[in-house]
Amino acid sequence: MGKTLAEKVWDAHLVRQGTGHEPDLLYIDLHLVHEVTSPQAFEGLRLANRAVRRPDLTLATEDHNVPTTGIDLPIADPVSRTQVDTLRANCEEFGIRLHPMGDAEQGIVHVVGPQLGLTQPGATVVCGDSHTSTHGAFGALAFGIGTSEVEHVLATQTLPLKPFKTMAINIEGTLRPGVTSKDVILAVISRIGTGGGQGYVLEYRGTAVEAMSMEARMTMCNMSIEAGARAGMIAPDETTFAYLEGRSHAPAGQQWDAAVEYWKTLRTDEDASFDAEITINADELTPFVTWGTNPGQGLPLGERIPDPERIADADERYATEKALDYMGLKPGVPLRDVAVDTVFLGSCTNGRIEDLRTAAEILRDRKVSDDVRMLVVPGSMKVREQAEAEGLDEVFTTAGAQWRSAGCSMCLGMNPDQLTPGERSASTSNRNFEGRQGKGGRTHLVSPVVAAATAVRGTLSSPEDL
Amino acid sequence: MEPFTTHTGIGVPLRRSNVDTDQIIPAVYLKRVSRTGFEDALFAAWRSDENFILNSEPFRHGSVLVAGPDFGTGSSREHAVWALKDYGFRVVISSRFADIFRGNAGKQGLLAAQCEQSDVEMLWKLLETEPGTRVTVDLEQRTIHAKDLTVPFSIDDYTRWRLLEGFDDIGLTLREAETIGAFERTRPSFKPRTLPAAEK
Repeated sequence: MGKTLAEKVWDAHLVRQGTGHEPDLLYIDLHLVHEVTSPQAFEGLRLANRAVRRPDLTLATEDHNVPTTGIDLPIADPVSRTQVDTLRANCEEFGIRLHPMGDAEQGIVHVVGPQLGLTQPGATVVCGDSHTSTHGAFGALAFGIGTSEVEHVLATQTLPLKPFKTMAINIEGTLRPGVTSKDVILAVISRIGTGGGQGYVLEYRGTAVEAMSMEARMTMCNMSIEAGARAGMIAPDETTFAYLEGRSHAPAGQQWDAAVEYWKTLRTDEDASFDAEITINADELTPFVTWGTNPGQGLPLGERIPDPERIADADERYATEKALDYMGLKPGVPLRDVAVDTVFLGSCTNGRIEDLRTAAEILRDRKVSDDVRMLVVPGSMKVREQAEAEGLDEVFTTAGAQWRSAGCSMCLGMNPDQLTPGERSASTSNRNFEGRQGKGGRTHLVSPVVAAATAVRGTLSSPEDL
Repeated sequence: MEPFTTHTGIGVPLRRSNVDTDQIIPAVYLKRVSRTGFEDALFAAWRSDENFILNSEPFRHGSVLVAGPDFGTGSSREHAVWALKDYGFRVVISSRFADIFRGNAGKQGLLAAQCEQSDVEMLWKLLETEPGTRVTVDLEQRTIHAKDLTVPFSIDDYTRWRLLEGFDDIGLTLREAETIGAFERTRPSFKPRTLPAAEK
């Protein structure tokens, strides 16, 4: 019987097949590191007197803690500064390449890897960050790990793992204008739930996926974890190869030819079978937004806030009541009437050049509503540079948005960019958990174009409302 | 790692589903570079509410957390496990765990015991009607006992074995350094290295 894409990549990295109750041992091609989940791993190495086995397969960047303004100044928060300084000292001690704040290649770890051409089809990629699933857009098997596993990979360049199950997510048809891969993934999560992908690698397939750019594919794979999945993957194709060719760490010359020949074999065989399968009709999708406190609590923008009293299941009713209470929302109100205070465009989900371009297109010759502050935070300094070369920064600032330096920014409350209690955002990030963007903050997850339209109108909106 | 065979302690009913790791430990507490001392950070936002269960006797002394489905979703932060352990929890019981959380727990000797939601409901009822009930979790037998109630739980064989033996994962893998070296020699030459491009 044939193999799925995920199984092919898994099998190509088997150092040792599992025996008895010991799982498979998998080789890791690329280990990405950032300041939050690594200090205790390096400390563990030091305590056990262990070295980093392959510093040449390891790359570090500063992202979670960095401020996005005044990056030439020392970080004001002493605790954040300590964490960043600790990463610098650890990279120095263990010989790991680091892109620190202010560096031309600095940025969010999941934006930096692909942009350097380090993320390649058929690779195994890990990072102490759940959004490592992003890299699966290239046909890599990429997943988030905890700090103990970070230490394990640093010491051995391998991980003991039990095989994942596989789920096909078929997205057939054509997305309408203004509907993006963000809307697709939010629809997928609301369909299968935040736990629906547990234990699975999701493979996104179908005509709508084939038509997507690499940026759009990364957005979708990025949020696989929000469905509980270990990873999301997309088979590499000409779009993938075109994105990679010429990047600084992509193979060149004969190596390129050999690589592409191999990469072309990375497709699920016709006679392979998945453990589960769902199909989504792309033609029917409309912009999707979340109303609650987990990414599965989302609806098409044209709908109304759900009414807990109409929910039969007691647990779900309770969860809905809790979410609406936290979010400060009333049942039955049209989502389009929900007014926001802040719009955040950025993050490892939607902080790439295409995201900035599509949002800028909507903001061109328009103004951000007086009642709204809008932060535009490129995913990396390279994205920022590219956007500035295209004049996008001027479009944003002329519209009244703030143009920032690269980092995780308002996606999570670890740096100065945060919501205040009760403040409501439309955010292109990935999590609407309670307090995620700052204590008491209320988050609606949206696509970049919905973010831009919302900034103009001040209430949750799609471009067609303008 | 300390071997884990059985544990007995006060059970805490946490009637919430989708307890994500941002709730278990908010991001602001992730800035520390130490591996211990996270007890104050556990459920920090919820604990600011005086009605939260861990703010009441006898639950504040609990060591067995009984939670709703989809426990530990979201961020990969292992700090969530450290915070639970530092607070005093040795076991979390749920009908469904997020994969990364489950993995992290196993590495740190926190037992993630998965059982049927109907059994979770029975435990909740018991712990709520008789606060302070002690729950015994037997990893050898894969059972949970509390008063007259005995329910089974599941855990994968590898994690169970490592917990029972108290094995360190890295030490186990390093015994296979030669196999890893042999694999490395077979890797295709087009695979990238992270060294600056000029030094490729």
